[in-house]
Amino acid sequence: MRWGVLQFPGSCDERDALHACSLLGEARLVWHEDRDLAGIDAVVVPGGFSYGDYLRAGAIARFSPAMEAVAGFAAAGGPVLGICNGFQVLCEAGLLPGALLLNESMRFTCRQLDLIPADPGADGPKSADIARFSAHRPRLSIPAKHGEGRYWAPDDALDALEERGQVAYRYAPGQNPNGSARDIAGVRNEAGNVVGLMPHPEHAVDPLTGSTDGLRVFEAIAEARP
Amino acid sequence: MAAVRARVLIRPKEGILDPQGKAVEGALPALGFEGIGHVRVGRMVELEVEDPERLGELCEKLLANPLIEDYEIERLDGGG
Amino acid sequence: MTIEVAKHRELGLTDSEFELIVEKLGREPNDVELAMFSLLWSEHCAYKHSRKLLRRLPTEGERVVMGPGENAGAVDVGNGYAVAFKVESHNHPSAVEPFQGAATGVGGILRDVFALGARPIAILDSLRFGELDSVRSRHLLDGAVRGIGHYGNSIGVPTVGGEIYFEAPYEHNCLVNAMCVGLARTEDMVRAAAAGVGNAVLLMGASTGRDGIGGASVLASAELGEGDDAKRPTVQIGDPFEESKLLECCLELLERGLLVSLQDLGAAGLTSSAGEMASAGGVGIDLDVAKVPLREADMEPFEIMVSESQERMLGVVEPAKVAEAIAVCDKWQTGSAEIGVVTDTGQIRILRDGELVGEMPVEALVDGCPLYDLEPAEPEGWIYGNRRTLSEDASAEDTLLALLASPSVASKRWAFEQYDCLVGSRTVRRPEGADAAVLQLSEADNAIAVSIDGNGRRVACDPYAGTVEAVLECAQNLACAGADPLGLTNCLNFGNPEKPAPAWQLDRAVSGLADACEALGVPVVGGNVSLYNEGPEGPIYPTPVVGMVGELPDPAATCGGAFARVGDAIALLGPFEPTLPGSELAKLRGELDMGLPTPDIEAVAEACATVRDAVRAGKLSSVHDVSDGGLACALAECAIAGGHGCRVDLQPLRERGCSPEEALFGEGSGGFLVSGERAALDALGATYLGEAAGTTLEIAAGDRSFTVGLDAVESAWRSLGSQAEQSGA
Repeated sequence: MRWGVLQFPGSCDERDALHACSLLGEARLVWHEDRDLAGIDAVVVPGGFSYGDYLRAGAIARFSPAMEAVAGFAAAGGPVLGICNGFQVLCEAGLLPGALLLNESMRFTCRQLDLIPADPGADGPKSADIARFSAHRPRLSIPAKHGEGRYWAPDDALDALEERGQVAYRYAPGQNPNGSARDIAGVRNEAGNVVGLMPHPEHAVDPLTGSTDGLRVFEAIAEARP
Repeated sequence: MAAVRARVLIRPKEGILDPQGKAVEGALPALGFEGIGHVRVGRMVELEVEDPERLGELCEKLLANPLIEDYEIERLDGGG
Repeated sequence: MTIEVAKHRELGLTDSEFELIVEKLGREPNDVELAMFSLLWSEHCAYKHSRKLLRRLPTEGERVVMGPGENAGAVDVGNGYAVAFKVESHNHPSAVEPFQGAATGVGGILRDVFALGARPIAILDSLRFGELDSVRSRHLLDGAVRGIGHYGNSIGVPTVGGEIYFEAPYEHNCLVNAMCVGLARTEDMVRAAAAGVGNAVLLMGASTGRDGIGGASVLASAELGEGDDAKRPTVQIGDPFEESKLLECCLELLERGLLVSLQDLGAAGLTSSAGEMASAGGVGIDLDVAKVPLREADMEPFEIMVSESQERMLGVVEPAKVAEAIAVCDKWQTGSAEIGVVTDTGQIRILRDGELVGEMPVEALVDGCPLYDLEPAEPEGWIYGNRRTLSEDASAEDTLLALLASPSVASKRWAFEQYDCLVGSRTVRRPEGADAAVLQLSEADNAIAVSIDGNGRRVACDPYAGTVEAVLECAQNLACAGADPLGLTNCLNFGNPEKPAPAWQLDRAVSGLADACEALGVPVVGGNVSLYNEGPEGPIYPTPVVGMVGELPDPAATCGGAFARVGDAIALLGPFEPTLPGSELAKLRGELDMGLPTPDIEAVAEACATVRDAVRAGKLSSVHDVSDGGLACALAECAIAGGHGCRVDLQPLRERGCSPEEALFGEGSGGFLVSGERAALDALGATYLGEAAGTTLEIAAGDRSFTVGLDAVESAWRSLGSQAEQSGA
């Protein structure tokens, strides 16, 4: 498995994501001006404050050459994982539905919390990760840290997401740190190969620094094929 | 072609929770401002543009996120 | 002539300092020169009231890589790596505009560290505000915490620790001290000295505007009083995105060997960075202000020279490498301009489009400021107020709850949850997970522990003993993590040194700092002094803030502060002789007065070694140093963290001569609250107190014995957020 981790000016967690990916295969950084994803099997759009997050989080990064390449990669079925700012970028780019708004508390919040890989949709499990999570590991201990992570989409769109099994992760009951609609922490596209989540699985890959549950999130995206 | 000065006002769409607006609204009674409601906090972008016809597209693509934000374009040079 | 006199006074220079400048120049300075002298001869840059005292501090040690005088200090952590660190104040800017003041404070200390070629890996901060029942204090707290988070979170450096105290003397003069820790390969570190006649001087980063003009001499040296609003336009605005690019750019320039030297632009902007670079290298520098990229078109040469616009660095580059260096800046979308050249003249020459507008000998500008002796006099008694908020008749249980809810003692989770403490994947112990932050260094195959401390109230009671305690508290915090101290940095926050009482406090505190460091064998590798911290009611509490870095061989062999297992024995270790003077309880009862017992440094050092070895050997389930609020608060904190109550009897302390009240709430150095196997604790010579059990704190202390539910204890301790966010006066 060869991973590519995007790097924008203002990215913060790209080295952490690179490290996490390197535990599961080969990994390299992809500079934001680079369109070449040759040889890359999965892309991670990492956390941070791309372009300072001025205007709106992720609003400028989506126009980078690298993101154009990622859009093509995703359309061809390549697996893409957006973490925190990366999730915001994917939403801004229209690769994922919805938007991420200012936390209800209006404060940046950094906290270890439990994530629940979301229930399958009405048609049954869409990808292997959901089935495995439901079977083996109902809760993942993963930190979240963001100021703009309140997931929002119109109610009918949320209904449709749930119906189609596109809610990838929810915050455990009572642990929603930002006021997200329906406790949604992460979503996937309809095809299932593009996933975004606010919490940081790359900061949960080492027992010394917290937990290793984040590795499950990377493994799941690696297997996510339409 | 002479540049036109314009102002774009961007605010959260109706129905979207606006914690900043809520916080401002909540602070008002303690300061003696009664009877104020429905506060929405947005942002303003001032710019000079050579082709004002493209302002709408600029707002749709970058300045605002049409999913969650409304915008208004105001020409400042009396151009209407 | 009269106009000229008024001008230098307005810029903060005394008549005799002005005369000395005239003598050194052999003529009267023009406006450009006067502005530059006034800044470099300010307290903030010249340390003119503290430099003589600071000579007492021990600065040498076999692990020291860089000592005082560089942008930051650095110590060897093995395997070819060094850790650079420094703490610096941004008090006055934060008192005027807390968000930007704190944010740019963080930005400034980060630049100090990456100027050495070290990648910043951690931020800690030490904050002081007035009491939380004041609207002003809540505003300052909220702004400063948001500002620190804004800058640190956005630039991707974790904020891993810190402390906050709330005391009335800080009401009008809050303290915002930020510490940064960085990691570098020792051989790649770069000094600030300019070298190589003919080399180019490259200004990198943001463009230069009018921000902070007059900042160093006005904001950093004048007492704040009525009319602070008028100073608002001079506040600098921080841009962490700009700094993030500048940081990556500078590290890449160094990695590619494109820089001869590097210096950040902080207080006094180009004036101090160019002056200090030239002074350290024994060279001259010519700068052409017309080549400085400006944000505002019509800036005067003196404004360009003293501007404190943020996110700028000055580098010296060999002529043949300038083009490559500029290409690296372009890659990172960071501005760059060749603005000058290194000369052999020994002069700083300021040009505008080639026309000379100022010329001064480097030596006169940088090292020519006279150093002053203090005229200390011990005040006759307690010069600060007293306010009773807790009755002496309160039950022991209510007293404990009041102490835990006291904002200085209460959990600071509300604040530290607003900071990213994880980015970088090094954080083994997060804030409140242990007494010190622990960061793994996979590069050096070990770990460091970092702590920052300084209880100003106790320093006010006895500047010598209180400062010794601050150093010991840091050493104890490191011991709890299993770490051995490598070096220390400090920020001395004091009142007006020209007044006898603050001068006495400063003098005694520096002696305490020197003696404690000497006895512990910990070198002082850097520091910062912030004087003239006064409000309308007088000086702040004298507040030496101490930051200490220690090493531990194995990041897995550390320890936390939570009672981990029901049935574990609980014991007290170390030469702990708690007393009430200067304690949090004395404050709540309005009984503060002069005087503290002087700690036995050697005995505490011995206890630290015992604890450190026990932690490394895995003999302890938990360890926590006994600090603010005494043993009862330490027991509560360990119980809350672990979710287990305890049953203890403080009789052994009473046998040491303590009253029940002193045993419960008394404070002093040298106490470690440990838990683990009874036999292991006995073998360490710890005094058995009881065991972890149940969901209550059951504490026997003679006629002050009590039992209280863990829920009540936790809700008192977790009350900072609701106190900070309350509205109304």
